Amino acid sequence: MGSRASTLLREEEIEEIKKETGFSHSQITRLYSRFTSLDKGENGTLSREDFQRIPELAINPLGDRIINAFFPEGEDQVNFRGFMRTLAHFRPIEDNEKSKNAAVSEPLNSRTNKLLFAFQLYDLDRDDKISRDELLQVLRMMVGVNISDEQLGSIADRTIQEADTNGDNSISFNEFIKVLEKVDVEQKMSIRFLH
Amino acid sequence: MEGVAVWFFQLWMFVVLFLIMLPAMFGLSLGVTGVYIQGLVHILEWATLRIQREREQQSGVPDPLPNGIIERGGGSMQEGVGRLRGDGPSTGGLFSLSDALFFYQTGLESIVDDTVTQRFSSEELNSWNLLTRTNQNFRYISLRLTLFWGVGVFVRYGLLLPFRVTLAVIGLSWLVIGTVLVGLLPESSVKNWLSELVHLTCYRVCARGLSATILYHNKENRPQKGGICVANHTTPIDIVILANDGCYAMVGQVHGGLMGVLQRSMSRSCPHVWFERSEMKDRHTVTNRLRAHVAARTKLPILIFPEGTCVNNTSVMMFKKGSFEIGGTIYPVAIKYDARFGDAFWNSSKYNMVSYVLRMMTSWAIVVNVWYLPPMERQEEEDAAQFANRVKSAIAQQGGLLDLDWDGGLKRGKVKDSFREEQQKQYSSIITATDQ
Repeated sequence: MGSRASTLLREEEIEEIKKETGFSHSQITRLYSRFTSLDKGENGTLSREDFQRIPELAINPLGDRIINAFFPEGEDQVNFRGFMRTLAHFRPIEDNEKSKNAAVSEPLNSRTNKLLFAFQLYDLDRDDKISRDELLQVLRMMVGVNISDEQLGSIADRTIQEADTNGDNSISFNEFIKVLEKVDVEQKMSIRFLH
Repeated sequence: MEGVAVWFFQLWMFVVLFLIMLPAMFGLSLGVTGVYIQGLVHILEWATLRIQREREQQSGVPDPLPNGIIERGGGSMQEGVGRLRGDGPSTGGLFSLSDALFFYQTGLESIVDDTVTQRFSSEELNSWNLLTRTNQNFRYISLRLTLFWGVGVFVRYGLLLPFRVTLAVIGLSWLVIGTVLVGLLPESSVKNWLSELVHLTCYRVCARGLSATILYHNKENRPQKGGICVANHTTPIDIVILANDGCYAMVGQVHGGLMGVLQRSMSRSCPHVWFERSEMKDRHTVTNRLRAHVAARTKLPILIFPEGTCVNNTSVMMFKKGSFEIGGTIYPVAIKYDARFGDAFWNSSKYNMVSYVLRMMTSWAIVVNVWYLPPMERQEEEDAAQFANRVKSAIAQQGGLLDLDWDGGLKRGKVKDSFREEQQKQYSSIITATDQ
């Protein structure tokens, strides 16, 4: 017991995470508290089971895809840095950031990076294209058993048809951006912290 | 040296016997605990102010937030998806690539902060109550505060703990001896009266053993014979709290060891309902036995905790409908602990019974409000599950607790697949709604 949350996370680490992700000091401390409360094994990393223990995530139709996004290729554990890096995609874009100099590499929560995150959740094999099969797989996850294969297939075809501009029967990242250009991604893919 | 020790012991026993046991038998109080609580409140308020003042100077130490750490999107799936679509391309109301964003958003929100998993660990306090165990985010603030904490440790472990342990031992042994003696008597109203006296005294002594201050509200709604009392469950001490004001028939599994001894001796003086582990699995056996107990209108009201597990007293979780199928009148009771004086929640995955009791006995005190709600009966049109929900809402409202539909069993088990299928069904109906 005792003040686990603040003593195990050193100041230098907090500074590094702040620089990498842009979260504030208090947000990082709170998220660390959350991370440790999810970490039932108390070994400093989260496994897929730790995520699935969250009931609201377990009932989310795309829950497995979201959990997957936290784990780098082929790994089964994610540490706090990796956890924060993924969460950083959902940090709201503040006004004063928009005017930052272009020399700084694009922050993790820029519009493009948010869209890239969403794109990668569709693009299961990471070949930079959303094929008809991949789209069907995600659709199937979202609707369960309630829609027939043919109907789902026609929905997928229609979606690809409308998005595809270069005729390769799949959706590339640029085509994806174009389709969602009117969606307020900055707002809709952000988690607003209460201070 | 020996003479002093003997004298000390005699004084100790005198204090315990006359100042605790006798008043306990008659339900009186000498007011010592009341004064103690008042003093504590003052000290804790002072501590809170000091901490807040220091906080304003030291930046970067976040206050615990009572309502969660993020702003939730809110709204139903329909609204969420619609909002995303409204800005995007219109594909005739069918699927749109932006739909998935809704699920990602809600998924990430639940990873950062969800309403369920926090119920299975102790509540985070707004300010420190000078107990190390609740110190989650409070760093060293000032010398005076640390001094108070040190004094507190000495008082709690050195003075209060031995005192309380003595009381607990006396209380429990009195229960065993008393019930055995009463059990020897033939069945009569005198026996029942004596049995009640023994039980009440034991529980009152135990309550004093925890420095428990219990405030009962609406005593006119107290459970009657032949009824079923349901309450929200936070800790095994709930039983002591409720039994201080009335006698109940306990329901539970037969245990071995000390618990088993207590169970058997309690059964000698008045009927309780203890089940073998094998019987617990068969719902019909359980329901029938309880029904028989209730039908004999002369028996004590049954005490049941329908959540089935301990939750952390910030919310009420799903009530299992089994208790509501028995029939009879339900007497709901809401129990709310004041977390400033000690964390009563039993986190059974973290602490076993013995360490839990030790923690309880080294807290400042246990201050609890008990509200007796008016009796409820199942209406014609509702089934057991709906009735259970109605009772749950009433208890949640009275106790100022959050009313959740999630199953307390999620503490240990996984959520059922049917809930995910519900979500999928909901989404499918959205994208097929405008199908030609």
